[in-house]
Amino acid sequence: MAAIDANDIIVLSDVTKTFGTFQALKGINAGIREGEFFSLLGPSGCGKTTLLRMIAGFDEPTTGTIDINGKPMAGISANKRPTNMVFQSYAIFPHLSVAENVGYGLKTQKMPKKEIATEVDKALDMVDLHGLGDRGAHELSGGQRQRVALARALVMRPKVILLDEPLSALDKKLRDQMQVELRSLQQTLGITFILVTHDQEEALIMSDRIAVMFEGEIAQLASPEELYRRPRTKRVASFIGVMNFLDAKLGSQDETTLTINIDALGPVQVPIDIAPAGLNPATIDAVGIRPEMLTVLGDGNDNAEHKVEGEVTGTAYYGDMTYYTVQLPGSGEPVTISMRNTAGRSVLPAGSKVMVRWGAESVVLFE
Amino acid sequence: MGMTLDKEARQGLTLLSPTALYALLMLAAPLAMVVTFSFWTQNYLDIETTLTLDNYREAWSKPIYQVLMIRSLKISLLVTVVTVVLAFPIAYFLSFHVKNRKALWLFLITVPFWTSYLLRVFLWKVILGYNGVLNTALMELGLIAEPLTFILYNANAVVLTLAHAWAPFAILPIFVALEKIDRSLLEAAEDLGDGPVRRFFRITLPLAMPGVIASTLIVLIPTVGDFITPKLVGGTDGLMIANMIQIQFGKANNAPLGAALAVSSMMIVAVISLIIYAAGKKFGGRVQ
Ligand SMILES: Nc1ncnc2c1ncn2[C@@H]1O[C@H](COP(=O)(O)OP(=O)(O)OP(=O)(O)O)[C@@H](O)[C@H]1O
Ligand SMILES: [Mg+2]
Repeated sequence: MAAIDANDIIVLSDVTKTFGTFQALKGINAGIREGEFFSLLGPSGCGKTTLLRMIAGFDEPTTGTIDINGKPMAGISANKRPTNMVFQSYAIFPHLSVAENVGYGLKTQKMPKKEIATEVDKALDMVDLHGLGDRGAHELSGGQRQRVALARALVMRPKVILLDEPLSALDKKLRDQMQVELRSLQQTLGITFILVTHDQEEALIMSDRIAVMFEGEIAQLASPEELYRRPRTKRVASFIGVMNFLDAKLGSQDETTLTINIDALGPVQVPIDIAPAGLNPATIDAVGIRPEMLTVLGDGNDNAEHKVEGEVTGTAYYGDMTYYTVQLPGSGEPVTISMRNTAGRSVLPAGSKVMVRWGAESVVLFE
Repeated sequence: MGMTLDKEARQGLTLLSPTALYALLMLAAPLAMVVTFSFWTQNYLDIETTLTLDNYREAWSKPIYQVLMIRSLKISLLVTVVTVVLAFPIAYFLSFHVKNRKALWLFLITVPFWTSYLLRVFLWKVILGYNGVLNTALMELGLIAEPLTFILYNANAVVLTLAHAWAPFAILPIFVALEKIDRSLLEAAEDLGDGPVRRFFRITLPLAMPGVIASTLIVLIPTVGDFITPKLVGGTDGLMIANMIQIQFGKANNAPLGAALAVSSMMIVAVISLIIYAAGKKFGGRVQ
């Protein structure tokens, strides 16, 4: 678990939440750094929204504490917290215009009308809604509603903006575009963003750090790169991207190196520090390799250190990529291998005998 | 060939037609009768059918009718305000604070309808009378020395009785409007800094406005024309315009004048309803 720093803008300590007899959160510990884009990623029902709502102040933890900006938040209601939320349903006030929606919070703060108008215009510019202030809420497209919701939070200049699956109602193209826009907006403004999502790709693209949650617990908190390259558990590994699991056993070990016998690939030596902290190497029963870390060699003429013979059992063509399923020696599951479709590289048909090249550095060990 | 309707429209019309026919016969026909009557003249036992505006002239100029009309409006507006103001918290409680048994609560609200209205008015008489339950209880408790007389046979009693009678009708539309409010809107308002009171006036009330308007009209329109309640608990200074209309059709034997009074009060109520509707729309903002 990532150590908690006294400078973190949000500190979650042993936060639990129980609904009746159901424990939705089982002791969350995490520190969220000032100015970072932080994502809560996990499958449906793992407690992401519950946690976000407790940070916003709509719910109180059953036990544990939440500190924001160095202050304990117990008993402080949502309207007094330095956070603003972008709701999944956007929650645009239907009886108010776009400008009134965006200026809503400023009016509460008794800001003079003129200043509100200026601030609202600025916020609308920021989210590319220039000149739409007079529209009614029902005259907006889904993407525009999303931007209004964002502008309404931004205009408050909060310490932290909380976003609950803000992009899930948008179509793929708009979503891709908004991911980039949100990220660059966050970097320009330097405001801390906490994003809830169940879309691992979205989390990887946008975040500085990601907390992967399963069943009310944080399974791993790390940067996108570390999560992808060094997932601590098989569950995290298969939740983030695609991972091949190969049966394996510890061969031998010394101070710096583990020798692991992978059933399908043979022995491999890996540095001991790629193992997750606290792993007892004797308990290793499988290793992971990402599809892009394996290479299909059509002719087999390659002087790689590690290669093994296999047979293509299926191909899936994605345009820029081809995904092969390849049966390796032994009786294990076929592995998935992804190949870029570069010039001069043709797609191999099923049944092709191939050599599969791999590198020791691509092996992942799990707890 | 004439008009061609698509299948759905024809189906809809077929479904509607019994109701439409019934409404036409039972509502439009008598209404047309009343309007026609109001332009005729009563000559002792028979009716003179030359068209005239005399009835309206009398209805709008004689002080007694003005007084009764204004009093009717005052009483029914007061009843409406009291009823809606009482109904709102109940509907609010039902919608926001009752978690599991909403249906049961709604059912309980209808309990007063299990007895006839007449019986309920009589009950109020028993409660409010000179030797009634209320006065006896207050005197027993030593809170008053003499029985209170301002509570029966006057306008106060009419307001109280009508408000009680119409409360359930006022609760339901407000309840429905409150139920329709997306709860995340309330959270969004709180998130943007509103405390409960500000949030109520900026979000909850405007969004509940369609229900409030519906309740207002549902109570206002029929109470202006009520005559049973003023007759039973109103005394002489609680009499309303409908009592006068009834007298004209009955004892006074001047149906055309009664009809003119009825049509006039209908028009006044219609105008007031439109004003209320427009005002509510404005306050409710752009919500459809
Ligand atoms: N008010 C509540 N009462 C009872 N159980 C609840 C309540 N709110 C959430 N839960 C339960 O807590 C668990 C976590 O819910 P939560 O909404 O946080 O999930 P989530 O991770 O946001 O899922 P999703 O991706 O589907 O939105 C779920 O099993 C849910 O049924
Ligand atoms: Mg959720």
